[in-house]
Amino acid sequence: MAELPPNGTPLLGVPRRSSAPLNSFALWQYLLIFAVVLIGLTYAAPNVFQPDPAIQIRALDQRAVQGAASDAANQAVLARMQTLLSEAGIALKGADLQGDSVILRVDSDEAQLQAQEVATAALNANGLNYVVALASASTTPQWLQNLGGEPMSLGLDLFGGSHFLLQVNMDEYLERVVNNTAESMRDTLIDARIRFTPRRNWVVGQAIEIAFRDETSRDDARAALTDFQDFELSVRDVDDSPGLRFTLTNEKVRALEDRAISQNLTSLRNRVNELGVSEPQVQRLGRERIVVDLPGIQDSARAKEILNKFANLEFRLEALPNARRSQIETYPYNGRDQEIMRRNIVTGNNVQDAKQSYDPETGQPQVNIELDNDGGRRMNAVTKDNVGRAMAILFIEQRPGVRKTTVNGEVVEEFYTEEDRRLISVATIQSALGFSFRITGLGLREAQDLALLLRAGALAAPMYIVEERTVGAQLGDENIQRGWQSVGIGFVLVLIFMIFYYRLFGLAANIALTTNLVLLVAIMSVLGATLTLPGIAGIVLTVGMAVDANVLIFSRIREELHNHPPQRAIQAGFDRALLTITDANVTTFFVAIILLSIGSGPVRGFAVTLAVGIVTSMFTAILVTRALVNLMFGGRKLESLKI
Amino acid sequence: MRTLQIDFMGKRKIALVVSISLLLVAMLSLATRGLNQGLDFTGGSLLEVGFSQEVDPEDVRGYLESTGFNNGTVQYFGTNRDLLIRMPPQRAADRSGLGDEIFAALQSEYPEIALRQSNYVGPAVGDELTEDGGLALLTALIVVMIYILFRFTKQFSVGAVVALTHDVVIVLGLFSIFQWTFDLTVLAALLAVIGYSLNDTIVVSDRIRENFRKLRKTSPVETINTSLNQTLGRTLVTSLTTLFVLLALLFAGGEVIRGFATALSIGVLVGTYSSIYVAATMLLAMNITREDLLVPEPDNDDNPDGSYP
Repeated sequence: MAELPPNGTPLLGVPRRSSAPLNSFALWQYLLIFAVVLIGLTYAAPNVFQPDPAIQIRALDQRAVQGAASDAANQAVLARMQTLLSEAGIALKGADLQGDSVILRVDSDEAQLQAQEVATAALNANGLNYVVALASASTTPQWLQNLGGEPMSLGLDLFGGSHFLLQVNMDEYLERVVNNTAESMRDTLIDARIRFTPRRNWVVGQAIEIAFRDETSRDDARAALTDFQDFELSVRDVDDSPGLRFTLTNEKVRALEDRAISQNLTSLRNRVNELGVSEPQVQRLGRERIVVDLPGIQDSARAKEILNKFANLEFRLEALPNARRSQIETYPYNGRDQEIMRRNIVTGNNVQDAKQSYDPETGQPQVNIELDNDGGRRMNAVTKDNVGRAMAILFIEQRPGVRKTTVNGEVVEEFYTEEDRRLISVATIQSALGFSFRITGLGLREAQDLALLLRAGALAAPMYIVEERTVGAQLGDENIQRGWQSVGIGFVLVLIFMIFYYRLFGLAANIALTTNLVLLVAIMSVLGATLTLPGIAGIVLTVGMAVDANVLIFSRIREELHNHPPQRAIQAGFDRALLTITDANVTTFFVAIILLSIGSGPVRGFAVTLAVGIVTSMFTAILVTRALVNLMFGGRKLESLKI
Repeated sequence: MRTLQIDFMGKRKIALVVSISLLLVAMLSLATRGLNQGLDFTGGSLLEVGFSQEVDPEDVRGYLESTGFNNGTVQYFGTNRDLLIRMPPQRAADRSGLGDEIFAALQSEYPEIALRQSNYVGPAVGDELTEDGGLALLTALIVVMIYILFRFTKQFSVGAVVALTHDVVIVLGLFSIFQWTFDLTVLAALLAVIGYSLNDTIVVSDRIRENFRKLRKTSPVETINTSLNQTLGRTLVTSLTTLFVLLALLFAGGEVIRGFATALSIGVLVGTYSSIYVAATMLLAMNITREDLLVPEPDNDDNPDGSYP
């Protein structure tokens, strides 16, 4: 009776002592399986607790107050909001501080919107000081949270919100870098009084070429231009005269791209932080793309406006009558042409903080600007020496566009940037300027956007939206509801069928299937995976396919009953089916991995659940079912077996 | 227990004719009508707009055309209060804003509407998704082929890949014939069909291999017939449970998931058929013999004759 198959069947890594009766596990094996199931239940549990609708309030100026001071300020906001909300008749379910934010829980979606209105009206009455975002606050009990239990986060298709894919236009950025560098090199040479041969264009592809009259000037220039580290220098003749050639190597290009992307990421993060979204995500994707996810955003059109917008300021001196033509630019201002210097004193990149407010005298919108150290010092130095001369403020705005061009007979799209430059003010310098001042002459919307964009930092490289997916909150709710409904219906149908078809064995399979669902949810939660609608479809499919392993085992047991007594048939059924189950699941797992690595968005959501589902179903269909079958039948004398 | 003895292989000529005709029709439709590619692959803008009451898509289309949004398609989506509006990329510049403009225009005419979803896919992204999708299908087939080659023999490997290709082409063909929208989720479903059908094919192959080794005096046709009969119960039960959940998705999952559920349901049906007929018929066509399977397994199969002492 205790005879074993040839190799002693150390199947599933579970050794069986040869003295033990057939179809029994040692106590520790049952305990181990039980422990896994228990852990699964614990980490799946947080998903049962529905999050509360809440509003999240965060002070915009995090630099000003930090640590204890910020906590105290937030406490004040919290107390104030509690009074305001109770005055407005909105019941609060809870209020607490989380990190740098105040979280106010309410009990319905309507109350949430009302609370947001009340909070915005009260906190942002004079200029934008706080971000008031709609959020969902976890209701997971503290002890579960202490164990690291968190519910799965919901994808945008279930929660509602916007997903953007932005393409960074690297060609234009590099072109700009090379052109700007050429300009600064020219300025450096002029300042150092090094003579070079005038040429119309210094830029040749991604290289800058400068020609000199003689080798002495060239050597002087070489010494003067050592600061331009991004370029590789080669000494060679240009236009038959001694020259210098600065090239962007691939390595440098890569480094420049990385720098541009990371600056764009920073700027984008700052921008979306002010959009009233509780958990915005901004990530790099591949070499030149950025993904922006804004869960629960109310106004996606506004988000789109802010994302790839570029607005900046340049402070320049009015041109003196004796200035060289090449150093001057002309812009219309108040119906006349205003000549200003080409060179900047300071740009928006030196802005430390910017806020939109109103001029107390005229009521016109204005932007209050605070410069950083470097900018402030430069501004002070230049204005001190130029009292009585006029200073102009140039407002620059860029809009991305796409046009079609024909290259080699093929129509391709080309991204380009339209640029708007206009003077918004020309005023005489009365005295040396310092770090902070205000700017007028803009419309309200322009002033608001300018303040936001200066605060957020400029984009290093222009970007274009190449993909957008926005799902309204209502559709999101419907998607969740329908998704779970179909999981439920499918699940129940399978349970009924299995009981009907396999009786007691069906019951074991059903318990295993339920465990599978629990473990799947637990692993997804622990991995921090995002649940999407295709993800739910993956769960449904897993439910349908996970019973396959059990069906294989049970059919095999039925067959083995022809030739073997019941206990032996059960053992043979499990053992023989294992190889088949492994083969089948390994290949399906490959397919899931391919989906995961190649697919994007919706496909990935499906692939993750499919892959995790295969792993958990292997465990439950084989080990959990086996344990249950062993408990039901193991070690007993069976004359016949109903299966 | 009942032991079925259906002569599957005896009818393989009929099955061959059925399969080839299905494939021909599918390929003909794919070649002439093509697929009704969704926004994911074509690029453009798509809006789902919810109305507070019943609405006629023709009216909305007419209104949109009168405001300068031409070439759009407007159709019901799920209910007769939901409209799906698809626009090919229109003007050269600022196309990501097209959806917002259309919605704003609609809102001035129908103030009660709600934006349910709004998608924009740039042409470059659309091309990439198409390319990646094709690549994913091909990679899946190749990986499967290699794995089966390693675990079984080249006949099984070719048989499985032919069966999978057969399933994918037929599902694609049906999507082409009925001009159902083919989007990313349908592509995911196709890959799942590969996974599912493969599962079936491997289970059957596994049994065929086992029986070839165990049954010494029977002809290949008989051996395969026996194997198919032995696995038939399992094949049908699994297909049935999978179809249960897919039908639940199809009828309760909502409009967004319908294409996915449709593709997968068809795939499961076709996959069940192909694991019985296509893969096995291919084995016979390639003259599989017992000797092919007697090579020692690389992973040292612990129980080569499939029986217990």
